[in-house]
Amino acid sequence: MKPTLHNRKTMVLGRPNGDTPVRAACEIIARRREGAYWTVSLSAPDIAERAHPGQFVNVAVSGPGTLLRRPFSISRVSRQGPAAGTVDFVFDAHGPGTGWLADRTAHDVLDVVGPLGNPFPLPRQKVSCLLVGGGYGVAPLFFLAEELRREGLRVDMIVGAATHERIFNAIEAKRITASVTFTTDDGSFGEEGRVTDVLEQVAKDCGTGVVYACGPMPMLRAVAEQCQELELPSQIATEEHMACGVGVCWTCVIPTRTKDGSVRMKRSCIDGPVFNGARIAWENSRWEVGGPLVTGADQPIEEPPPRPTDDELWGNA
Amino acid sequence: MTDVRRVEAPPPPVSEEDAADLSAVDLRIDLGGVTLANPITTASGCFASGSEIDRFFDISVLGALVVKSITLEPREGLPTPRMAETPSGMLNAIGLQNPGVDRWIAKDLAWLQGKDVPVIVSIAGKSVDDFRQVAAKLRGRAGIVGVEVNLSCPNVEHRGLVFACAADPAGEVIRAVRRELPDLPIFGKLTPDVTDITAIARAVVDAGATGLSLINTTLGMAIDPETGRPRLANTYGGLSGPAIRPIAIRAVHQVHTALPDVPLIGMGGIRTVEDVVEIVRAGATAVAIGTATFADPFVTQQLVTDLRRWMAVRGFSRMDELRGKVFPRV
Ligand SMILES: Cc1cc2nc3c(=O)[nH]c(=O)nc-3n(C[C@H](O)[C@H](O)[C@H](O)COP(=O)(O)OP(=O)(O)OC[C@H]3O[C@@H](n4cnc5c(N)ncnc54)[C@H](O)[C@@H]3O)c2cc1C
Ligand SMILES: Cc1cc2nc3c(=O)[nH]c(=O)nc-3n(C[C@H](O)[C@H](O)[C@H](O)COP(=O)(O)O)c2cc1C
Ligand code: FES
Repeated sequence: MKPTLHNRKTMVLGRPNGDTPVRAACEIIARRREGAYWTVSLSAPDIAERAHPGQFVNVAVSGPGTLLRRPFSISRVSRQGPAAGTVDFVFDAHGPGTGWLADRTAHDVLDVVGPLGNPFPLPRQKVSCLLVGGGYGVAPLFFLAEELRREGLRVDMIVGAATHERIFNAIEAKRITASVTFTTDDGSFGEEGRVTDVLEQVAKDCGTGVVYACGPMPMLRAVAEQCQELELPSQIATEEHMACGVGVCWTCVIPTRTKDGSVRMKRSCIDGPVFNGARIAWENSRWEVGGPLVTGADQPIEEPPPRPTDDELWGNA
Repeated sequence: MTDVRRVEAPPPPVSEEDAADLSAVDLRIDLGGVTLANPITTASGCFASGSEIDRFFDISVLGALVVKSITLEPREGLPTPRMAETPSGMLNAIGLQNPGVDRWIAKDLAWLQGKDVPVIVSIAGKSVDDFRQVAAKLRGRAGIVGVEVNLSCPNVEHRGLVFACAADPAGEVIRAVRRELPDLPIFGKLTPDVTDITAIARAVVDAGATGLSLINTTLGMAIDPETGRPRLANTYGGLSGPAIRPIAIRAVHQVHTALPDVPLIGMGGIRTVEDVVEIVRAGATAVAIGTATFADPFVTQQLVTDLRRWMAVRGFSRMDELRGKVFPRV
């Protein structure tokens, strides 16, 4: 199956209505190094047309014995202008699949299924949005930031990584936000520490009404739990190992809590990857929060502004 | 919104292709008394209950749809990680997550009944009575053309031993299901993790199964060399994909040789049209596609097209001309 698609640049399979994913042979238009990461721009008009922030593409990779696709969050789409019909994703090359991808060059053709998963829901109210990203998880938040700004909402950002090199595109983060705070574990850029060390202060300074987060799972747990303590609604883009990415294998589940308190394993590829942070049953997951969570938590918060509730923000989702 | 272009993969540049008469090929099969439009079906647990893949193409092109195993009570399954990729295969340990038979009938079967596709329901249980009760709830439901009994479940009444590992408990389950569903084709699904698969096959058929489905995954394990931890939360998991295809071909061939009149649903690592023909030659009547759908959601649809073309080019017109056709090496 792979060969037929790899040899052709224009093949698209799927249904001709707007909200279903397709499988497409996508030519690599550009590929560039950004710090520790690679950015790939694909010519993928059918995917660009349908994609929303928080969704991902599932990319076939080659290599001895590799079988399964690799999921990557969509970091940007262009629907107009000279780059119309392109879809970007950012990746960190560390294993066989991502290593193979790093060896592709412009004009190579990738076999891509997408867009997949549920996007970040956009608030129905005018609230100030804080986007918290770790590592390559910052990339899809840029796509989200554009959409939120188009809705006329204030966007602030916290961008964290282990080192300066692993901070993704600081310039873009500054360009598209009202404010951005950088943190690195080693203090080589921005503040030394973790995103959760600054979250409370940033949220207070920016009058944050809702938090969106994407990054490594232990970071997401820390962010979601802190948001719950601060009574801030959060939307979290999770990452779990996926065999199919399309909802048929049940490998990618995330424990979530229903309104009656019972825990349900939800497929992150089709019911997620974005979940309401307060609904994730982290204590039933395998992710532990690493390092100190909140510093200065004992300082009293003065008169917090009234927070909108989940129902007010997203309806009965 | 531009319409999606539907471009068929170009036929390979073989001159006979153009001359081949696709309409001369009749892909229909008789599977235990039920006529299916073609032999391509789905492996249980690899196609959910159809609606997810129906987003990509109309699933009614398939010969039949075998749904994910359904149990009496809802199950949330095992913790993650539930899968690990291995060379040309993958390990999974899902733990039969499913909504339970009542919710499955109300939601998934109702959806499937609106689709023009024959449904084979895979059922699972922890005890003989579990299987019996699920079977009873399926009696008389429209759209269901058969039941596949997933015998690769641990039997809680028998020290957790898998039903399909011993002839007696496997036969007992089949007899219980047969009593509840006297008129429906029943397929017993077997594990390859036994010394003599033909002995289990015979016991299951003697107990009243119409046919057999083989093979289920074979048990495996993977360990992260750095951390020393198993890659699956469950430690062990079922191996599937091309890595197990030779085991599947062997199992189907052994069982078909021993029981030539029993219809078999063959599966295990089938991905290309050549793989389909291989397992049909080994003795399969229908062919189920599992892990290959994970890599390509369109693969089952593609295989129906590819199989017709493969046969036309070579002058085959019916599946019978291929089934069980393995010739001695000279
Ligand atoms: C919804 C989603 C969005 C993602 N977005 C991005 C992104 O934008 N950029 C990026 O660099 N990476 C992203 N990832 C992680 C990325 O899919 C993995 O890094 C990649 O699959 C690793 O493949 P590999 O063969 O190079 O590495 P290996 O680690 O050798 O992979 C082995 C197996 O584990 C799986 N795996 C390994 N790490 C992860 C992980 N973190 N999450 C899920 N599965 C994993 C692989 O899919 C593969 O099956 C995302 C994952 C998910 C689920
Ligand atoms: C993720 C996954 C889930 C499965 N779930 C079931 C199941 O619920 N019931 C069952 O009888 N077999 C189940 N199987 C086994 C398949 O139906 C099939 O027998 C096996 O995977 C071999 O075929 P394949 O190599 O084409 O995948 C599952 C396999 C996989 C990979
Ligand atoms: S990855 Fe298969 S169901 Fe989510």
